[in-house]
Amino acid sequence: MSEKKLIILGLIIFVVIVTFPLWYNRGKAAPAPERILTDKAKAAKVCVRSTDYMKAEHMQLLDLWRDSVVRQGTRIYVSPSGKEYNMSLSNRCLDCHSNKAEFCDRCHNYASVRPYCWDCHIDNPKETS
Amino acid sequence: MNARYMVSLVTVIVLFLIAWAGTALGLQVLFGIIIPYAALLLFIVGFIYRVMNWSRSAVPFRIPTTGGQHKSLPWFTHAQFDCPATKWQVVVRMALEILTFRSLFRNTRMKLKEGGRLSYQLEIFLWVGALAFHYAFLAVLIRHLRFFTEPVPFFVQLIENIDSFFRVEIIYPVFKFGIPGVFVSGIVLLLAVAYLFLRRIFTPQVRYISLASDYFPLFLIFGIALTGILMRYITKIDVTSAKALTMGLVTFRPTIPEGVGTIFYIHLFFVSVLLAYFPFSKLMHLGGIFLSPTRNLTTDTRTKRHVNPWNYPVPVHTYEEYEDEFRDKMIEVGLPVEKMPEPEPVKEDAPAKDETPAEEEEKE
Repeated sequence: MSEKKLIILGLIIFVVIVTFPLWYNRGKAAPAPERILTDKAKAAKVCVRSTDYMKAEHMQLLDLWRDSVVRQGTRIYVSPSGKEYNMSLSNRCLDCHSNKAEFCDRCHNYASVRPYCWDCHIDNPKETS
Repeated sequence: MNARYMVSLVTVIVLFLIAWAGTALGLQVLFGIIIPYAALLLFIVGFIYRVMNWSRSAVPFRIPTTGGQHKSLPWFTHAQFDCPATKWQVVVRMALEILTFRSLFRNTRMKLKEGGRLSYQLEIFLWVGALAFHYAFLAVLIRHLRFFTEPVPFFVQLIENIDSFFRVEIIYPVFKFGIPGVFVSGIVLLLAVAYLFLRRIFTPQVRYISLASDYFPLFLIFGIALTGILMRYITKIDVTSAKALTMGLVTFRPTIPEGVGTIFYIHLFFVSVLLAYFPFSKLMHLGGIFLSPTRNLTTDTRTKRHVNPWNYPVPVHTYEEYEDEFRDKMIEVGLPVEKMPEPEPVKEDAPAKDETPAEEEEKE
């Protein structure tokens, strides 16, 4: 009989572990954070690429920019629409999206992503102000 | 060509097509909400049902497989964890079995060498593959909690940090890989599954005993790992929307957000199928390993008497009772008896003296 008790105890532990996400969140709603744009970003209307592209692939674009600037010294990015941009995180991206805490960090925290951009780009003057 | 793995492969391809077509037809609610809930329910209920069913099996006798010296006289070294005599030794044995797969490590291969010499070789590749597979899968599972918890608990972030220790970035305008950081566990999982599959294909003995139910989970897990890796590194999806969907599931506020690609639904459908298939399959070794009587019983048959618990009283007629009943008749016809009746007034004891030694000789 004590064996049966042990088995039931094991099953209870199993159910508790498997349903961890169900009780950990206590049913509290956790919708995706809203994108908050600065007035400047709203006025610009378009980013260097489409919103869908930027949502999914901005990290690769930023790395391409980094390699192109640091390794090839090319600073001009030509978007598919033919417009030219200066490749720069601090001076281009964060110029419009100066609200890093709202625009960058909220989604990164939500998805538990810790990008290393900010290991170097801490001198952003728009950020400190 | 082998029907057993072809059937499994075709099944997984059909599952892929079902999810793909379903998403194309706009059945996101079915594939993103209803099927995952149903699969989780089936998984939990089915798992409990299977284990409770096992718990009703009788285990009347000790049947552990022993791998060392039984506890015996004090000058014999007792193999405590290969032939456990106490409960705690069993606990250690089980922990080593579950965490390090010792019985797979003991795998040997027999080979006839030249001159007809038989040799045994340690064959650890299955053990290595199984360890890699299971621990990679565990790491992947824990990492995925980032989609199911808000805020993300520290241990998930810890695993993520360890898992993304190696940074591999291949960034060209035509081919990009490694952003976001590469998680080793996903790659190891894919390679381990591939190895475990190829082992079944290329080792003739293993191929002979492999069934469709052995190949199917491998293909399915391969599909899950592949779609996951594709989503993370190659054909990106909007992670925030994906998490909005999964968080909706676990907080019982199901939503179908925009911008979650088809590949996400394929991934989710594969996982749902795996969960639903789990209780019906060999994957139940997750629960079964804990209930294996060949591992979790003590080998104390020399120190304890184990009586079959469902023995019921049987009316027995022992030889002593039989002889008591028929002694006179037995003596009459000259059959040997164990107990001679009390000799009555001694008169002619000469023949009786002759008989007794003869009986004893016969018995021996």
